[in-house]
Amino acid sequence: MNSSQLFGITTLSYLLSSAFYIGLLVFKNKKVGTIGLILAIFGVVVQTAALGMRWQESYTLGIGHAPLTNMYESLVFFSWCTTLFYIFLEFKYKARVVGAFVMPFAVAAMAYASFAKSISQQISPLIPALQSNWLIAHVITCFIGYGAFAVAGGLGMMYLIKKSAVTKGKQQDSLAASLPELKIIDDLIHKTIVFGFMWLSAGIITGAVWANEAWGTYWSWDPKETWSIITWFVYASTLHARFTRGWSGSRIAWLAIIGFISVFFTYFGVNFLLSGLHSYGSG
Amino acid sequence: MTKKKKNPVWAFFASVKLALFLLFVLAVTSIFGTIVQQNLSTEQYVQIYGPNLARLLHILNITDMYNSWWFLSLLCIFSVNLIVCSLERIPRVIQIVKKDNLTTASDRLRKMPIRKTLVLGQPLDQGVRKVAEFLAGKGWKTKQRQKDDGVLLFAQKGGWTRFGVYIVHSSILIILLGAIIGSSTFAQKILHKPDFAFKGSIMIPETQQTSYIWAFQTGKKIDLGFTLRCDFFTIEYYSNGMPKTYLSKVTVLEDGKPVPLKDGKTTHFLKVNKPLTYRGITFYQSSYQPYPDFIVTVTNTATGVSKTQIIPAAKQINWQEGGAEFGILNKESFGESVQRIKIWFTDRQGAPSTFWLNNAQEAIIKRPSAEYRMTVKQLYATGLQVTKDPGVLFVYTGCGMMLLGLFVAFFMSHRKIYAFIHEEDGQTKVLFAGSAHKNKVGFEKTFTGLVDGFREKIG
Ligand code: HEM
Repeated sequence: MNSSQLFGITTLSYLLSSAFYIGLLVFKNKKVGTIGLILAIFGVVVQTAALGMRWQESYTLGIGHAPLTNMYESLVFFSWCTTLFYIFLEFKYKARVVGAFVMPFAVAAMAYASFAKSISQQISPLIPALQSNWLIAHVITCFIGYGAFAVAGGLGMMYLIKKSAVTKGKQQDSLAASLPELKIIDDLIHKTIVFGFMWLSAGIITGAVWANEAWGTYWSWDPKETWSIITWFVYASTLHARFTRGWSGSRIAWLAIIGFISVFFTYFGVNFLLSGLHSYGSG
Repeated sequence: MTKKKKNPVWAFFASVKLALFLLFVLAVTSIFGTIVQQNLSTEQYVQIYGPNLARLLHILNITDMYNSWWFLSLLCIFSVNLIVCSLERIPRVIQIVKKDNLTTASDRLRKMPIRKTLVLGQPLDQGVRKVAEFLAGKGWKTKQRQKDDGVLLFAQKGGWTRFGVYIVHSSILIILLGAIIGSSTFAQKILHKPDFAFKGSIMIPETQQTSYIWAFQTGKKIDLGFTLRCDFFTIEYYSNGMPKTYLSKVTVLEDGKPVPLKDGKTTHFLKVNKPLTYRGITFYQSSYQPYPDFIVTVTNTATGVSKTQIIPAAKQINWQEGGAEFGILNKESFGESVQRIKIWFTDRQGAPSTFWLNNAQEAIIKRPSAEYRMTVKQLYATGLQVTKDPGVLFVYTGCGMMLLGLFVAFFMSHRKIYAFIHEEDGQTKVLFAGSAHKNKVGFEKTFTGLVDGFREKIG
């Protein structure tokens, strides 16, 4: 058994988990949701083992480093963070159907990592610039933030779906009815964004420290850095709109979605559409 | 304060609407600079965008937008907004934190959302003591005051956490201040002291030294105030041929003498991600340059006479003191880096020795007259980025404060507990009430736990 096989099992269990959560949404059968949760937990445990194994394999190859250094590894880590964060949310707030809006992100990341032609799954040695503990701290903090923002984006969509059903007077629809109360979703969106903002800030800061250690410039406005600060501005506006202008509900839900689009662009768009220092992410 | 509020300029900058607008504008304009590549040459812009669009980009400063007057002005307005807005609110926060909560009327307590009344089976003064002791035991040190209708106890925690927001806001200002202090443009144009803060680079060939560097933007020479020597440069590779380490061995010299650094040694190994800072100036391994020349070291093992010299290939060197002649006949390269070198060596007795030697490896040459040790290494120059940034300390302090402030603002709260002991319907009762300015759900749990604990205690 090697790490790629375990990652394969992970992808499969996340896929099934998503299917069961969507099933829960549609059929409102609690048992279906429990299976979804069990699959998500199983997937995350296997994935944790796989991450550890990949780490160890890198040592066997004589180039030991944490599995957080290229596009493949970051996608895997993203799906791990998202799932873990979601499971935590489910246990803490018992909002089970949220899984239908979140687990698909985890599947998408795993599937894309495994099947996209442009992404190499090789464990490759680190070029000198990447040999830094700050890099590890940077990747971990950023991706915890991204995981939370993915969840917030999913919650945002959920809010809008429920809201439109309510305004059309169709809250008896099986789909809308199985979603949590609007107020609860709204509160979860806010809590999730707050958590993500904290980690995104830490991610930007550790990235700046790393850049300063490696190149003597903590900020150089390269496209990836700029997009991360754009994302940070988006979420800062969201928080202020809520705290000081009393925004809530649909507007915040939209901002959660826009914020996640910005995250997505920071993570992918920059690598594929723009050029810059973070080119390691494209291979 | 009331007078200031009437000032429309002040009111404009104190507004949170302006903050939201600025955050939005900063986010949107920042996008331009990620789409249009920054700081290319005029010809390149013309090539990509055509002459008209290229001219427009230039006029709007989008070709160097993050340093443009309008972007910097936005950041300025943003800072003023942040300062004014915070100044406007801090006095109110101080009032809230300093407020005498013992003046709270019992009617208000009866309306607070988080409250609970218990019956005390004791006379009033005994009950007061009991409640105060209990709360103190749980870490809530109470103050008390006699009222017309009973005794009010009050305790609070985390009043200071209301300042968390302002820790975050000041951290942003400190980071921006650090960015200004460390900016080379600021050092040149405002302070007129280009050596206060700069970024530049220097190439130092092995065995050579430098006491200056070249500034990036202006191309001007900047004196270091000391000397840096490159003793040695090497690249290590992984087995697949990827570079593993770029390594320079350097020595700092003052008045021609090596200076011990922090670790007590006079030599330092510079690597990517392992810079060297000396007198506020930091050296980063950033590039290298191979030369067609070689550093040759030969030693006569019998006499100990030794010589190190930089020589080009295909030149015969006469080494008088060592009694020998040598030269480089040929080399094998991988790209620009030499792997093996063919050496020619004679002590003028018998046929000359010719042999292949790996780059930087030592050879022992046995000759009729004596034995010689020899290493031949391709000459490299190490390319260092050199930075003096006195603002980094501010930036890092600001970053630390920001994380701390965010944690305080998001996850901590100002919590208050009131206990009002009074007589009602011939019984002594205690009314517990509480509030938190954030995380009300969490506080409600704490409150309920506290009241339940008290109920058990009085049985
Ligand atoms: C990107 C920059 C900014 C960041 C990261 C930031 C961060 C924060 C944070 C974390 C809070 C705390 C929210 C809470 O839990 O209560 C906050 C509140 C606030 N911020 Fe900012 N802020 C920024 C810019 C600004 C600016 C420019 C203004 C100028 C008007 C401003 C005005 C306020 C106000 C009025 C509050 C509410 C304070 C209160 O609770 O009374 N912020 N900000």
